[in-house]
Amino acid sequence: MTRALFPGLGLLTTALFALSLLTGPAGFGFSESVSALITGQGEAVTLVMREIRLPRAILAVMIGASLGLSGAALQGYLRNPLAEPGLIGVSGSAALGAVIAIQTGFAAAFALALPLTALAGAVIAVLLILALAGPRGGSLTLILAGIAISALAGALTSLVLNLSPNPFATAEIVFWMMGSLADRSFSHVWLAVPFMAVGWALLLPLGRGLDALTLGEDAAAAMGIRLDRMRLQLVLGVAACVGAATAVAGAIGFVGLVVPHLLRPLVGARPSVLLPASALGGAAMVLLADIAVRLVLPERDLKLGVLMAIIGAPLFLHLIYKTRRAL
Amino acid sequence: MHLALDRLTVMRGDCPVVDGASLAIAPGELVGLIGPNGAGKTTLMRGALGLLPHTGMSSLTDMAPQTRARHVAWLPQAREIAWPVSVETLVTLGRTPHLAAGQRPSETDRAAVAEALRIMDLSGFEARPATKLSGGEQARVLIARALAQDTPLILADEPIAGLDPGHQIATMQAFAQLAAGGKAIMVSLHDLGLAARHCTRLILMHRGRIHADGPPEKVLTKANLADVFGISAHLTRGPDGVIFQPLEVLT
Amino acid sequence: MIPLRALALALTVTAGPVGAQSTEAPARVVSMNLCTDQFALMLAAPGQLVSVSYVSADPVTSPMADAAAAYPLNYGSAEQIYLMRPDLVLAHPWSDPTAIAMLRRLGVSVVQVPGVESLADIPERLAQVGALFGREEQAQTLIRQFETDLAALGTLPLGPRAAFYGANGYSMGEGGMAHEILTRAGFRNIAAEVARSDTGQIALELLVMAAPDLILRTARYPGASRSEEILHHPALQALIAAGNGLEMGPDWACGTPRVLEALRDLVEARQMMEGAP
Repeated sequence: MTRALFPGLGLLTTALFALSLLTGPAGFGFSESVSALITGQGEAVTLVMREIRLPRAILAVMIGASLGLSGAALQGYLRNPLAEPGLIGVSGSAALGAVIAIQTGFAAAFALALPLTALAGAVIAVLLILALAGPRGGSLTLILAGIAISALAGALTSLVLNLSPNPFATAEIVFWMMGSLADRSFSHVWLAVPFMAVGWALLLPLGRGLDALTLGEDAAAAMGIRLDRMRLQLVLGVAACVGAATAVAGAIGFVGLVVPHLLRPLVGARPSVLLPASALGGAAMVLLADIAVRLVLPERDLKLGVLMAIIGAPLFLHLIYKTRRAL
Repeated sequence: MHLALDRLTVMRGDCPVVDGASLAIAPGELVGLIGPNGAGKTTLMRGALGLLPHTGMSSLTDMAPQTRARHVAWLPQAREIAWPVSVETLVTLGRTPHLAAGQRPSETDRAAVAEALRIMDLSGFEARPATKLSGGEQARVLIARALAQDTPLILADEPIAGLDPGHQIATMQAFAQLAAGGKAIMVSLHDLGLAARHCTRLILMHRGRIHADGPPEKVLTKANLADVFGISAHLTRGPDGVIFQPLEVLT
Repeated sequence: MIPLRALALALTVTAGPVGAQSTEAPARVVSMNLCTDQFALMLAAPGQLVSVSYVSADPVTSPMADAAAAYPLNYGSAEQIYLMRPDLVLAHPWSDPTAIAMLRRLGVSVVQVPGVESLADIPERLAQVGALFGREEQAQTLIRQFETDLAALGTLPLGPRAAFYGANGYSMGEGGMAHEILTRAGFRNIAAEVARSDTGQIALELLVMAAPDLILRTARYPGASRSEEILHHPALQALIAAGNGLEMGPDWACGTPRVLEALRDLVEARQMMEGAP
């Protein structure tokens, strides 16, 4: 099962990436799209393919991978399948950071100011969660802490947007809470890439430690795992991934919950294998969701987070039901 | 010496939970760590491993984490299995200290895992999800994990609690055999009968201090049992080995 | 013109105490909407206008920001406006209904001046608001001026294709005054081409495929918003670089004589594109 999983996920992601490039209100044929994308023939089509659809699909992959990976890493570390960056307020805090950066003008100060501030917001949330939920991440404290952090971050985001002199800003609470990839460009890709790369580099090597943590902190520490270094790596890695994703596309929830949950049985529940699998699966999931929002309501900007919540929230309830004895 | 402690002290607030414990364990010894609840058995072992802040000296805490993990295996009392991984995967976790980053388990590792599974009577369980097993079976899987770590020293916190009598005896016999083969093993346990029968040496803890340390018959004296546990007992050495039977609570 | 006066009179009557004669013109008028602000600033006698909305003082939105800055600003709350002791409050039909209801409860007369749908409505509206202020003569002067200026700008034959493009990809289709101005300046609105005859969003890639000769972008507000980021999208920039771009200034905001400035800019742009002097 596991052997076929990675080629399968890779193939699925590639296919969805191609499909995403072919999805859009301006209908043109497959060969036309491909030749425009590769050879640059056909001026308007090239512009659409290279400047509108390509960055959108690339961002879907990057954001999906980051969120899937963050979810799998958080769950592995807290040994709790309910831990998800969106649900525990990390995405919301990153959005608050991003909104503060944009509205104070700090985002314009230097190129990476926006994702950096979002990262700072995410770091604070992850630290708060770890402090409140404790090392074992009990479900009840985790969810309660998540509710409190999400509520505060959401309220402060609304406040900052309400205080903005820009009449459009106030209406954008939905974007920051629900996320969307509509009309994102390569400038957003470049903004997110360095942080996500750092995040992936920090999170992917955690596998060995997360495996050992299956047996608890004491056993893991006695097996030579440096838990303090691991915690630091986790906090910074999750914050970099979620911060960058949220800074460019708003808070897209449930990816980090749904993807690891679906893939866990396929990797024999091993946290180390789940990390790269969730990264690939997350990319496929966000690509799929972003294709769906364009097919379901082509005229409107249906928010990605809405779709993810429709899929993810019932699953979340199911997980709560299953783990309720531990609550 | 596989383990040496010198005046090890672990504080909880102002109160010493382990108070100036000094001991040394040599290869070939199976040491039973006994004492009433709250005597400091678990804290002694965790302090010795460097998992708790402490004063005094432990031969384990000077080692780098990976070196230490190749020297001592630690079996915590809490039987935690967070994910439904297969028994084989779980036991293979014990090989973690022997693998470089990213290295896959080799033939040697697989052999160690198979041997640990055999010792714990778990052959045939390899593919089963560990979380779906009974409590006693899980306990044996976790012991197998510690055995697969293949270290000269094993510290185990109440490893046989909750096992059926057959597996309790089998586990103690396995420990005795491993000790006879040159390992040093320290187990905490409450069953003084099994402790007296299988351990080469007992360490009796009372209120954070080592109250007595020596061969079972020298430790399980009438005076020690009365002072520390508040019970009377019957101890004989017959043709079937040492037999220990607690009798009643002293008032 | 007679029906107009009747309308103005009717509005005044329903609004509160009868003030048909100019001798009973309101002494203290507060305007709480950007568009009524512009009419008020053009028509009021010295001292007659007490306050305009804060939006009017913002040069990004308001073509008369300098004039507005001389007045105390209101933020549209009933309490603040009531304390200014107005005889008459001018509002838009879409102004905050709770504030208007409250002011009426407190006995203040509020007139909701409808917006303008076409250039032909502008003289009517000037006359109506002029009558409300008791400044019919000033209104007539402005109407004559407007009609002369509009005639002078003429109507150009339809030529290049143009698109409105604003925050969130909103565009303006046929049937509005913006479309009328665009058409007068000789541009075809591409909204119909992309199957959008009315006002609404146009996907950026549809705009790119339509490749209009001129893109009329809305001006950016201070602060920042994601809605306006689309105006900086590389694809839109490329489109403008390939053709022409024009920023829609505050003159486009309201149907007042100020829209002639917008028309003038467009006519100039058209002439530039034709290569004419």
